Order: sequence, then structure tokens, then C-alpha cells
Amino acid sequence: MSATLLNAVWQGLIILVGGTFLGMIYKGLDRKLAAQMQGRIGPPLRQPFFDVVKLMVKENVVPDHAVAWLFNLMPLVSLAAVGTLLFYLPLGGFEPLLGGFGDLILILYLLAVPSLAMVLGGFAAGSPFATVGAQRELVMMMAYEFPLAITLLSLGWYLSSVMPGAQVFSLTVLASNPLWGLVGPLGFIGLLLLFCALMIVTPAELTKIPFDIPEAETEIAGGILAEYSGRNMAMFYLADAIKMVVMGSLTVALFFPYGLSGLLGVTGGIWGSVIDVAFYLVKVFVVIFFAVIVVRVAFARLKIGQAARLFWLPITGISLLGMVLLMLDRIV
Amino acid sequence: MNNDSINLKVGQCAATTYTVPVGPVHPALKEPIRFSFDLDGERIVGVDIKPGFAHRGIEYMGMKRNLIQALYLSERICGICSISHPLAFTQAVENAAGIEVPPRAQYIRTIIGELERVHSHLLWAGVGAHELGFDTLLHLTWNVREKSMDLLEELTGNRVDYAIPIFSGVRRDVPAEKAHLAYEALDYYKSLLQQMIDAFLHDKSVEMRTRDVGALTYDQAIELCAVGPTARASGVKKDVRQDMPYLAYADMDIRAITPADFGTEPRGDVYDNIIVRLLEVQQSIGIIEYCLENLPSGELMSIPKVPALLAALKKASGEGIGRHEAPRGEVIHYVRLAEGVEELAVWKVKAPTYSNLMAWVPKFLGDEIADVPIIAASIDPCMCCMDRVHLADAAGNKTTRMKEELVRLSREKTRRICG
Repeated sequence: MSATLLNAVWQGLIILVGGTFLGMIYKGLDRKLAAQMQGRIGPPLRQPFFDVVKLMVKENVVPDHAVAWLFNLMPLVSLAAVGTLLFYLPLGGFEPLLGGFGDLILILYLLAVPSLAMVLGGFAAGSPFATVGAQRELVMMMAYEFPLAITLLSLGWYLSSVMPGAQVFSLTVLASNPLWGLVGPLGFIGLLLLFCALMIVTPAELTKIPFDIPEAETEIAGGILAEYSGRNMAMFYLADAIKMVVMGSLTVALFFPYGLSGLLGVTGGIWGSVIDVAFYLVKVFVVIFFAVIVVRVAFARLKIGQAARLFWLPITGISLLGMVLLMLDRIV
Repeated sequence: MNNDSINLKVGQCAATTYTVPVGPVHPALKEPIRFSFDLDGERIVGVDIKPGFAHRGIEYMGMKRNLIQALYLSERICGICSISHPLAFTQAVENAAGIEVPPRAQYIRTIIGELERVHSHLLWAGVGAHELGFDTLLHLTWNVREKSMDLLEELTGNRVDYAIPIFSGVRRDVPAEKAHLAYEALDYYKSLLQQMIDAFLHDKSVEMRTRDVGALTYDQAIELCAVGPTARASGVKKDVRQDMPYLAYADMDIRAITPADFGTEPRGDVYDNIIVRLLEVQQSIGIIEYCLENLPSGELMSIPKVPALLAALKKASGEGIGRHEAPRGEVIHYVRLAEGVEELAVWKVKAPTYSNLMAWVPKFLGDEIADVPIIAASIDPCMCCMDRVHLADAAGNKTTRMKEELVRLSREKTRRICG
């Protein structure tokens, strides 16, 4: 028993360090590629590591008006929540470490925790910019959570109707039964629509342009993060990096759980794992590239009202339509 | 129930508004100024503007130097309008001293002035894109802008502060062998202009953020004496180059550009500001081309020797006004020369931002906090041009003066300097 526990602790540590490392690399890639697309040279790939090291040695300022314990606690909560998320996701095609202890619904809730932590931290900062940012983050959450929930639930519902009795909300089950192969033509279109909705929710979940409204540098000087500095800021920075991996992995697990090893005929063994992990990294990168990097280069920041309208009407509409098509697919 | 509670309307409760300060140091501002916004949720219901953070006493400094030294100082009032202020200043002094400027010098002044408009408007467009959170457009626009900076460097030796105009003429020629560089740059801009218009005016996300944002009606623009692109975006056909032609502009048919030239009804919003500025880049290219083709031959300065020039200026007396349509609007320099002294007796600078300052209030009211950066940028403010006054008491506390007192103080000052 203690051996299993020790094993789990080791695996957990590897996942945490690996996930963080990956997130930082993807963040570096994001900055470099965005710069190249904008006609700039951009920072070196390891700039995010330099940034975190620098933030760590910088002074950690707590404003006089802040509620100090809440202000200091929230970066930790945020980092802990995204760290926990890593344990529930099939990273690199492996079984999630805590796959047996939670499902998609838990992931949905855990995804909301970092945003809520930022909101509380923003309100606790006692600065008008942070307050405006926190209000905006709340509105954003109310806007994008609905299409996100519809997307995840529709997938689970479809699988439950195909495989009654299965643990349909378990990511392992969802990932090992890709829906693309199970649905008919109507369901295929439905799945595509749900995928689109998830791709549009991704930059909002990650607070990237055009949905970086709660942070909006030119408007509210970093908003929620305006008063954060030093160690606290570094934790939010790391949480942001990990969240990128989480959103990428979630999309990959739900829509592209395919491995390459079977196709190449090297199932099992070290090489099979290496190929699958490499393919997984590429898949996550492709998702991040199209959902985050290209989008943030191609758009201006929206206003909070415009973003909320966008999510409440067209995006919710798209995901609802996807859900209806999936239902029709079962009936027809 | 008493009558008071019945008559209370929605939004009357004072507790619903809160104040958000923006500035003097804020990412949305390129130069220090302080806004204080009263917000109802995200909506702006009140705004207070406090300028005075970039006051350097430059007029006073100019009045302690001889005129040619003051000319170089005038160039340093602003980095972007670094030809506009000297153009207005030289015209004011020439006007006061009765000095003629040779035609070739007038054309060269016009060329440099219009090149400045090209790079200033492109700079503004890039800043505007950044305020919208559209950094891609910022980088592309500023990349395009480099060509005009390079050309200015080729023609004058400097990327900013060109040191071209001097009383009675210009200091450097635009030689025939360098004209092809200018034509090259103009062709480059002509080929890119449609792309710029597409990128700014036909982009959905830019339109969403700028249409009907920061609107200034025609009547408000007239009432608040707005100048330059800010006024023209509201449909006011007002342009010093058209209304009171000077330099080479009198030889051309210059028309003030309004959004109507783009085929849309002027609304005075940020989108119209983009239209006006982009079309003015096109207009400037045409003006530069005309000037290059019709560059008159002849001397560069009517009084080429600096000691002779200084002596002539020392002998002169009287007052003069110089006006120039700077990229941001009309800049006015007023000077008074006294006989027998090398320094200026009076030097008064009125920059376009000073006239446009009050246009901010109707532009801000009713819009959202998210619109603050782009509305602030929409008049292309230049605080260091504008800040001519800073009030402080002996303890260093800032004080506020109301209208009556300011009028009294300015009348006193006018009497004092006019003797």
C-alpha cells in the first residue's frame, strides 16, 4: 500500500513539474510565434523561465488597502487548482493519475477555480483597476461557462446513449472512445460545431486577446493583476502557463484522442510511448496555435458587452445546435 | 409614502457611481495628464481633466535666448510636431520683421511639413491600434511608417528635429539627385495605402471598437472650437491650408478632408478620425509630389549670412502671428519683437491639443471605461505641446482657478507684457 502511495507521489511530482515545464515552453512558443507574425523578432523561447525567476526575486508588494490574507492566498489557490487539473487529464496519452477519483464535471468546476481566485484576489487588492477587472472576469465567466458546459455535457450524453452503463463522464472512457467514429453525418456536424465552440471558449478561458478584457493593459493597467507583483505574480504566471496545457489537453482528449503508435505499428514498449507522447505534444501545440496564437494576432480586444453578447448568443447558439444535432443523430 | 420617494428615478441614487482615476501615469496615456472618471458600472457619467504635468516653461526659456537659439528650442516643444512648431514660429517672426522667404524655401518647408504629417498620422494609427489591443496592426503600421522616417533622414539628416526652417528660408536644399528617393517612398505609400485602409476601415473588430465610440457632433465641434482632424472628423471643413493658404499651399487646391470624402456621413467618432487621418496621408503624398515636380529654382534664404540675419532681427520690432496646420490641427505662434534686443519680447504658443482638450468631454460622456484609451488617443493629444501653465502655491500644493479668476489673471498678464 505504501509503495503504491510512494509511486503515486513520484508520478504526481513528475506530472506537476512536466506540466509546468510544458506550459512555459508553450508560452515561449506563443510569444515567439506571435512576434514573428507581427513582424517582430520576439523574445527567446526560454523567456518565460527568465520572467518567473525574475518575479520570484522581486519584492512582493501588498497594497495598504488590500485584504492581505485573501490577496496572498488567491495566487496559491489558483496555482493549486490548475496543478490539480493536471492529475485528471490524460497527458501524453497516459491514464490520468486521479482518473478514478473524478470526471469531466469535476474538471469543469476546477477550471472555474483559477478564474474565481483571480476575481477574489482582484477584489481583495482594493484598487479601482483591479475591481473593474474582477467585475469583468465575473461577467466573462458567466458568459463562457454556459457554452463550455453544454459542449462537455453533450459529449458525455452522446456516449452514455451509445454505451449505457459506462462511466461516460470519465475522461479515460471518453478518450478511448473517440466520438467521431460513433456518430452519423448529423452527429458529425454537431461534433464539429461543439469543437468550434470549445475553440472559441479556449482564449476566453485563458484570458487572451480578444477576450483579455479583465486584464486589458491599455484600459485598466492589467486589471486583476494590477496590484500583483513578485512571488504572487509569478504564481499567477505559472498558473496561466499550466492552464494553457490544460485547455489544450482537454480539447485533445475530447476531440483528438488518437495515437500514432498503432498506425506506425509500434504499439507498446518504450518507442510506442515516445511516439504517442510526441504526437500528443504536437496535437496540444496545434490546438494552442489555432485557438490562442493566431486569434490573438488577428483581432482587437472586444469590449465586455460585446464579448458577453458574443458568448450568450452566437456561441451558445452554436453549442446548442451541436447538442441538438447530436440528439437528432441518436433518434434518426 | 411622501412625494420625494415617488419622484425618485432610476440612476438618481448617488451611491451607484464610483470614481476611477486614469493618469497621470497609465498605460493608455503616452504623456502625463489626469482624467477622473465617474462611472456607473462601466459607463462614464462624468469626467474631469487635469492637465499641467508636462509644463517646462519653454516660452520663458525662449525669451531668454537670441532668436536663432529660440528657433531650435521651438523645435523641441514636441518630438512629433518637430517641424510644425518651427514652421509657425518662423512665419510669426518673419511676419513681425517683414522678411521675405524665397519660393524654393517655401516649397521645401511644405515638403518636410507634409512628410511629418505622413509619419505623424501613421504613428497615431499605430497607437490607436495598440489602444484597441490590436498589436499586430500597431507593428505593421509602424513598420510602414519607417519609410517616411528614412526619407526625412535622407533629406534633412535627422529622423526627428529636422532643423530645416530658419528665418528667411531653409537651411538645407532638397537636391535633384535625392528626388528619386522621395518618389520611391511616395510610390511605396501609394501601393500600401489601400492595404492600410483595408486593415483599419474594413476590419470588423476595429469597426466594432471604433464606430459610434467617442462621437463629437458637428455642433459640438464648432462650439468647442475643435481643430484639425478632430474637427474634420465631425464634418467641419476647417483646415488652415485651405482657409488661409501659406507657404506652397496657395499654389495648390487644398480641400479639408472629412469622412464625406470616404463616402460616409460624418459622425465624429473614432472611426471617422481614422478615415480622416488615412485620407490625409493620401492628400499629403499628393502635395509632396506636386512640390517635388514644381520645385522652383532659386536661393534658399533671402538673408543667407547668420550675423546679418541676427542683426536684421535685432533691428526689427512689432508683433507677428504664424499659423500652420500641424498633423493634429492648427498651431499658432505669437511673437513680439522689440527693437535693439536680441531676445523675443513675447512668445506665445497655442498648440492644437489645447483647442481640442474640451472636445474630450462630450467624447467621453456616455461611453464605456473600455473606450477610454482610444477616445483619449482619438484627438491625438500632445501634452508637451499643450502644457503652458502649471499652478502651484508656495507649499507646492496644486491649486485650481475658476474661469473669472483666470480671465482676470490673463488680462493682467497681457497688460504687463504689452507694457
